[in-house]
Amino acid sequence: MSLINYASKEINCKIVYYGPGLGGKTTNIKYIYSKVEPQSRGRLMSLDTELDRTLFFDFLPVNLGTVKGFQVHFHLYTVPGQVYYNASRKLILKGVDGLIFVSDSQIERFDDNIESLENLKENLSEYGKKLETIPMVIQYNKRDLPNIVSIAELEETLNSRGLFSCEGVAVDGIGVFEPLKSVSKEVLRNLK
Amino acid sequence: MHPLNINQKEQEYQQLGAENIDSFEREYQKIKKNLEKLCIETKASAVLLIDKAGQLITSSGDTSSLDIPSFATLSAADFAATSNLADLIGEHDFSTLFHQGIAKSIYVSLIADQVILAVIFPKETTLGLVRIKVRKASEEMEILFQNIFAELESEYVGTVDQEFIDEAESELDSLFE
Repeated sequence: MSLINYASKEINCKIVYYGPGLGGKTTNIKYIYSKVEPQSRGRLMSLDTELDRTLFFDFLPVNLGTVKGFQVHFHLYTVPGQVYYNASRKLILKGVDGLIFVSDSQIERFDDNIESLENLKENLSEYGKKLETIPMVIQYNKRDLPNIVSIAELEETLNSRGLFSCEGVAVDGIGVFEPLKSVSKEVLRNLK
Repeated sequence: MHPLNINQKEQEYQQLGAENIDSFEREYQKIKKNLEKLCIETKASAVLLIDKAGQLITSSGDTSSLDIPSFATLSAADFAATSNLADLIGEHDFSTLFHQGIAKSIYVSLIADQVILAVIFPKETTLGLVRIKVRKASEEMEILFQNIFAELESEYVGTVDQEFIDEAESELDSLFE
C-alpha cells in the first residue's frame, strides 16, 4: 500500500522493475534518470557487482510535484534478475505498489521470461499477495535485435490478462516512458 | 502554534475527507517530540523513522547533508536482509543493527514490528547510552504507532478523489514526456 503521510503531506509509491537477468531493467531506470529534469529526481543508486550485474537493487526517486497539497513521489526500484539472487529480489517486493515486467525478446531468453514471471508470483505469494491485485504492465525489450520472438507469441505467453504492454529498445529510450506512465497512473487510481 | 493556524490545518484536513485526522496529527506530533528528545539525549546528528518499504516517515536533527531517500531505502534493505539472515540461523529477527564508523555510527532498531528507527550518532556518545535511550523511546512510540495503525484504515479513504487523480495524471504526462 502506498504510504500517505498526512502530517508531512506526502504520498510515496513504490514501483518495481522485474524480469529476467540482463533483460534491461537497469537500462530503463538509467534512461529515466538521464531524461527527467534534475529538480524532479534524486540520486540514482546502484548496488551492483563488479560485472555490472545488479546485486541488490537500483533505486531512483522521482518527484511528481505537488498535487492538491500533497507531494507525490515515485520510488523506482529494479531487482537483480539472476536466479541466484532470489533472496534480495524478494526483499525489494516488500510494499510494492506497481510492477513493470521487463521481458527479453530474444528467442534464447524466452523461457527465462516465463520463469521470472512464475518467480514473481511465488515471491509475492510469500507476502500474502496475488499478482492480479497489483498494477502491472509489460515491456517487450530488445526489439532491435535480430533473433527475437514475435509480439503475438510473447503476448500469448506472458500477457494472458491483456495488461498494458509495449515494445521497447531501452538503450535508445524507446518504450521506456510509456509503461512507467501507464503503471504510475494505475497506481494512483488504486489509491482511491 | 497559533490557535488560528491549528484551526486552518483542521479545516484543510477536513476538506480532505479524513475524519480521524486530528488524533492522527496529535499522535504524530507526540512521535516527533519523542524523536527530538532522543536526538538531544544521544547527541545524535539525526534520528529517522522509516517504513519497512524504505520510505521516510519523519525525522529529527540535522538531515540537510543527508541523502534521505537513499538512506531510507538502504536502511530498510539492510533491515530486511538482516532479518533474512536471522531466519537462516533459526532466529525470528535481529531486533537491532549497529554499524560502527570512525566519527559516526548508526544504530537501527524496529518499533511496533513495522517501523525502522535509525539513530546517527557521534563517537562521543557510547553505544550503551544509545541502546538505553532508544529502548525507552521505542516503548513510548510503540503505543503511539499502534494507535496510528488502527486509525490508518479509515483515514486512507477520501484523500484521493477523481480530481486528485486527474491532476496527478496530467503531472505525470508532463514529467515523463
